[in-house]
Amino acid sequence: MQKNHISKGRKTYILLMRVLMAVSTLLTCGLALFLVVYVLVKGIPNITWELLSTKPSYLSGKIGILPDILNTLYIIIAALVIVIPFGAGAAVYLTEYARNKKLVSVIEYAAETLSGIPSIIYGLVGMLFFCQFLNMQTSLLAGALTLVIMNLPTIMRTTQESLKTVPQSYREGAFGLGAGKWRVIRTVVLPGCIDGVITGCILSVGRILGESAALLFTAGFAHALNGFFEGLGSSGATLTVALYVYAKEQGEFEVAFGIAAILMILTLIINLLASFVGRYFKKRRSI
Amino acid sequence: MKDKKQFLETFVHGVFLILGLITVGCVLLITVYLIISGIPAIREIGLFDFILGDKWQSTASEPSFGILPFILTSVYGTAGAILIGVPIGFMTAVYLAKFAPATVKNVVSSAVSLLAGIPSVVYGLVGMLVLVPAIRKLFDLPDGSGLLAAIIVLAIMILPSIINVSITALEAVPKEYEDASLALGATPVETYFKVSVPAAKSGIAAAVVLGVGRAIGEAMAVMMVSGNAPNMPSLFQSVRFLTTAVASEMSYAGGLQKQALFSIALVLFLFIMLINATLNFFLKRSKEG
Repeated sequence: MQKNHISKGRKTYILLMRVLMAVSTLLTCGLALFLVVYVLVKGIPNITWELLSTKPSYLSGKIGILPDILNTLYIIIAALVIVIPFGAGAAVYLTEYARNKKLVSVIEYAAETLSGIPSIIYGLVGMLFFCQFLNMQTSLLAGALTLVIMNLPTIMRTTQESLKTVPQSYREGAFGLGAGKWRVIRTVVLPGCIDGVITGCILSVGRILGESAALLFTAGFAHALNGFFEGLGSSGATLTVALYVYAKEQGEFEVAFGIAAILMILTLIINLLASFVGRYFKKRRSI
Repeated sequence: MKDKKQFLETFVHGVFLILGLITVGCVLLITVYLIISGIPAIREIGLFDFILGDKWQSTASEPSFGILPFILTSVYGTAGAILIGVPIGFMTAVYLAKFAPATVKNVVSSAVSLLAGIPSVVYGLVGMLVLVPAIRKLFDLPDGSGLLAAIIVLAIMILPSIINVSITALEAVPKEYEDASLALGATPVETYFKVSVPAAKSGIAAAVVLGVGRAIGEAMAVMMVSGNAPNMPSLFQSVRFLTTAVASEMSYAGGLQKQALFSIALVLFLFIMLINATLNFFLKRSKEG
């Protein structure tokens, strides 16, 4: 009955839109699926224990990526250790202390600006400021500090969001019992922001893992095997930078695909972890 | 005792204030550094010759530093990526926000966040080994790397930002608008495209601007597929973007050449600031409804 009232023109329009939506969605999913499968199929056969457990040797002409794995790990640890207090602290300031609306909007605008700046510019400024002005040379520490600035807005935002879910009555209760502001923050507010910090950390790890342009000129290309503190002071390639160098400059596509597959697996794990943690915290909050 | 407590409170307040101001400090640091290091070369080359010069020969005996090819390549590349990426992203977003059953939405959303999480060098690698040879074969070229390959890679890379921001905007449309339209006899497809989409247009505009920002700032993936020769942009030729111009010569540049690279970064930064301001404008408007 109702169908009779829909004119031919409208029917064509509806059909066209439906087809376009279906094609677009399938294309998006297909691309994601293709990328994962292609990289894994091409890459996994190249991942051998030897590749994972050695460093590159010019004598035997073999390539190992253990130093790159360690460098990635060092840079993630160093960046997170520095960015968590800064980002969470800034979020606490914004939600707990700031009374001046203008100042809040300036800080938030600055955070948005930071998240819009492309990583190649971070790399350049990191090189000028950390490597040259502060005289750190190209080192993992300079790279980590550059990444700290990049990830500051992420940690800030996630922490702020979780702080907003701490009920106001908790704070008022604590104040009512005679606690000072710092005590309230320490005992009521900070425990409430842990889930935000964890979410922020997962997102940051994903971003650091995929970052290459910002590290090219700050952390460098070296493949030396170092301990943690020794490594921070010396130049080193992370997995992504190593992938770039092997693929673009040395034409070692097998190694590059091996690294790509490792990165892909890590990305999958991080995505799963992020959605799992998000769901877990949401559930806990609703109880 | 009371004084001590008072002092502690003020001290802690001060510490948090400093932490809060760090982001502002970082933005200032980046801006100041880019301006200070970017200005000298522009002064020496001349603003006009630098921006509108169409020859980049940084290592020639009589070097010329014109970045018009890079600016145009970045603009064309971004425009191309938007032209391909926005319709696909927009249609996917409408489907996910309004039509998809919960399970489908979950699956597609995780595919989208996977696309967002894949490192740009992996895009570059796959582009180098799949896309570039495909373009070479399809169009019978000596080399497939160039603007077209870069546009396609960028279009894929901006999909997640476009989809996610559009979904947020579409989901914020008041249900009453849609109910009213449905009650008047419009079909769901007509309602969502002719009522919900116009209602969410500021948010969707924000999604497009965000995509522009992502595309213009991408360096590594583009570097691996665009061929990297400082030509004027043309679809099948090897080209160099603003981002890749900085990245490709930085490791060995010195003197005026290096300073010119900083000036390119300054130009890129100005583009990004402009895009950020536009983005904020649209986001604010979409919040006001």
